[in-house]
Amino acid sequence: MTQENTPDDTTALLVDGLTVIGRPSDVEIISGVSITVRRGEILGLVGESGSGKTTLGLSLLAHCKRATEISGGRVEVAGADLATLSEQGVRALRGRAVAYIPQSPASALNPALRLRTQLREALHDSSLSAGEVSERVREVLREVALPDDDAFLARYPHQLSGGQQQRVAIAMAFIGRPDVIVLDEPTTGLDVTTQAHVLDTIRRMTRDYGTAGVYISHDMAVVAGLADEIAVMYQGELVERGRTEEVMAAPGHEYTRRLLRAVPLLRTDHRPEESAPEEEPLLRVRGLSAGYGRTTVLEDIDVSVSRGECVALLGESGSGKTTLSRSVVGLHHQFSGEMLFDGARLATGSYRRTAEQRRRVQYVFQNPYEALNPRKRVRDQILGPYRHLVGRPQDPDAVVAEALERAALSASYANRFPEQLSGGERQRVCIARAVATKPDLLVCDEITSALDVSVQAEIVALLRNLQDAGMALLFVTHNIALVSNIADRVAVLNKGRIVEYGPVGEVMSAPEHEYTRALIADTPDFAPQGA
Amino acid sequence: MSTPSTPTAEAVAAPPRRRPGLFRTAWRFGRTKVGVVLTALVVLVAVVGPFVAPYTPTEFVAKPFETGVDGVLFGGDNRGRDVLTRFLWGGWTLLVLAGAAAGIGVAAGTVVGIVAGYQGGWLDNALMRVNDVLLAFPQLIAALLVMSIIGPQVWLIVAVIAVSHLPRVARVIREATRKVIEQDYVKAAEAIGLPRTRIMAVEILPNVTSPLLVELGLRLTYSIGVVAVLGFLGMGLQPPTADWGLMINENRQGMAVQPWAVALPVTAIAVLTIGANLITDGLSRAAIGIDRGVEK
Repeated sequence: MTQENTPDDTTALLVDGLTVIGRPSDVEIISGVSITVRRGEILGLVGESGSGKTTLGLSLLAHCKRATEISGGRVEVAGADLATLSEQGVRALRGRAVAYIPQSPASALNPALRLRTQLREALHDSSLSAGEVSERVREVLREVALPDDDAFLARYPHQLSGGQQQRVAIAMAFIGRPDVIVLDEPTTGLDVTTQAHVLDTIRRMTRDYGTAGVYISHDMAVVAGLADEIAVMYQGELVERGRTEEVMAAPGHEYTRRLLRAVPLLRTDHRPEESAPEEEPLLRVRGLSAGYGRTTVLEDIDVSVSRGECVALLGESGSGKTTLSRSVVGLHHQFSGEMLFDGARLATGSYRRTAEQRRRVQYVFQNPYEALNPRKRVRDQILGPYRHLVGRPQDPDAVVAEALERAALSASYANRFPEQLSGGERQRVCIARAVATKPDLLVCDEITSALDVSVQAEIVALLRNLQDAGMALLFVTHNIALVSNIADRVAVLNKGRIVEYGPVGEVMSAPEHEYTRALIADTPDFAPQGA
Repeated sequence: MSTPSTPTAEAVAAPPRRRPGLFRTAWRFGRTKVGVVLTALVVLVAVVGPFVAPYTPTEFVAKPFETGVDGVLFGGDNRGRDVLTRFLWGGWTLLVLAGAAAGIGVAAGTVVGIVAGYQGGWLDNALMRVNDVLLAFPQLIAALLVMSIIGPQVWLIVAVIAVSHLPRVARVIREATRKVIEQDYVKAAEAIGLPRTRIMAVEILPNVTSPLLVELGLRLTYSIGVVAVLGFLGMGLQPPTADWGLMINENRQGMAVQPWAVALPVTAIAVLTIGANLITDGLSRAAIGIDRGVEK
């Protein structure tokens, strides 16, 4: 560590030995954390879910989640100790001295109020006249690159896009010229292009205002490009802190090294093409259109997946990639066009397909926290589909053990309930459930997006092993960096159409469509020197 | 919480403890304990009562409304039968009727709720609109109406109360079902083509047990009240059966001279209702996670 806790004039935020405990078990959620942030700088607070980074972020606003309390240490914002403040003092402090930008802009804005009302509320300064308030509102909107006319101010939050909403949230946070701003994964729900704009806005605003920023994230790639200083949290403790370049170049703690290794690289030395595409592919989709009611979300889709091949479907939210993957597995019924699996037509609904077809095409869901029945043991989660599609097994324990092993879990997990598993383990169980019936095609719908970066890398490695064992993968993702790490071919979806389709190496190095080029340019490129 | 150790290393360590179930979480609340004690007390009286009663319920041991007779602790009732004996005998009919009505009503309502919530479409609309019609009848008045047409019969009491519970339970369970079917494990079961009846039984039902238990407790409380009121109004069990509701009605004229014959059944019904209500409240608090706190 190169920085010591020596406050000087430029220090906006000082946290010293902060400990937060949970009731009633007295577990330390964060223990003895010390950080300082100077004006105009951003501290990237990195750690996986459950490491206590949000708890730390909220304690900077003198707020504790239910059943938690600060039991030691102190927090100073612009020289004022938060512990000494009364309820009223805290209220005056929030939004003025400290501001908070939450993860989901949609939940941060009141859907029933016009933007003008919300922005004025955020600037709760009674010394200003009405004219000055309006002037300040317009000024801050211009600064976050949003229109400042009356028509825009009269809008409701639902009339804005996700990126615009998040920029309004940023404007609300900066409107009172705070000393410290806490950003809790503000770009998680945004696609890469929007993320690039939002990060740029945050960077510029903290510098212009001389605000100290605390940027909470689990994404090392984003933090590396944004923060001046990085603090790594692991299991409630601060395990590493230093200037960004230094941490990236020479990570001191084992956990930091693991985090850096786990970040997927945008450009990789890609494996050479192996499959010869002449033979009839396993899955062939031709001229497929799909929609909901009268809205068409997919048009004229041509994709094919050969045996043992991994095809990635890349697209941002709303591009129709989940609709396509659900059509393949029979969960989305409203589609037309040709869909052949091993030469035979696939019916629109899973109930109209043969048991053999259902066995050979399996699906892994995006969110492992919702994909497992919380009332069933892992063993029954795996045996359920097996009994239905394959038949009553001679030796059920062997079936479960084999499926778990293919998902890189030991057989001892069979008797656990989902709540006894971590997010990564849950996703492995979902994969085990899917591969238990020995499918030929595995459809993976954003299966890593709900997981921490370090767990993501493990799941991708697991999928590669499955592919090497002969399974074909249809890998749906919005993360372009993952594509080059796993896929042989990639189809880029934009607004319901495939704009680019070809081998990953070609698409990544020489993208033809401007949408693909923009995607690649906006993704934070990241090359850790020390890992 | 994810840990960075490798899966093999994790497997060696003992699996994390499961979060305590609904009953155990509910038991931590003081109100649940009080509720269980109160309910157990009344149930004990009702179940053991007939075996320890000093007389038979129809035996005449005193003059009407006579108190202070030797060997007759709480005196005689309007016909001179032993109040204590009739009190000890009169509970189990109430409990059985209320329990059966609540059980049948909740079971039927659950089936309707899950089917409507999961199948959706016209079936959902048809079931829920019929529900709305049933809901439009006030519980007690509907019961009185049916009773006065067909006549007071034991099975009819149970049936009428159960039917009046059905739409209320169905509405709650339908909402719970709608939330569960949004979850991906239901879609996973659909993708492998599991029959819909099995999906409802295996994937949905176990995941709506929390609202189900709360409903059961609530409907039990209501059933006790309705059965007692029907008895009081003479539409429930008929004399000379010993029944708490009936006892209150029979003895209310003599309340000034012989308060026990009314006070005992009233107290028992009140204690039972409050007890069941406290348990239900504890369960519902546990189900929505109030005061869960942070556990290791």
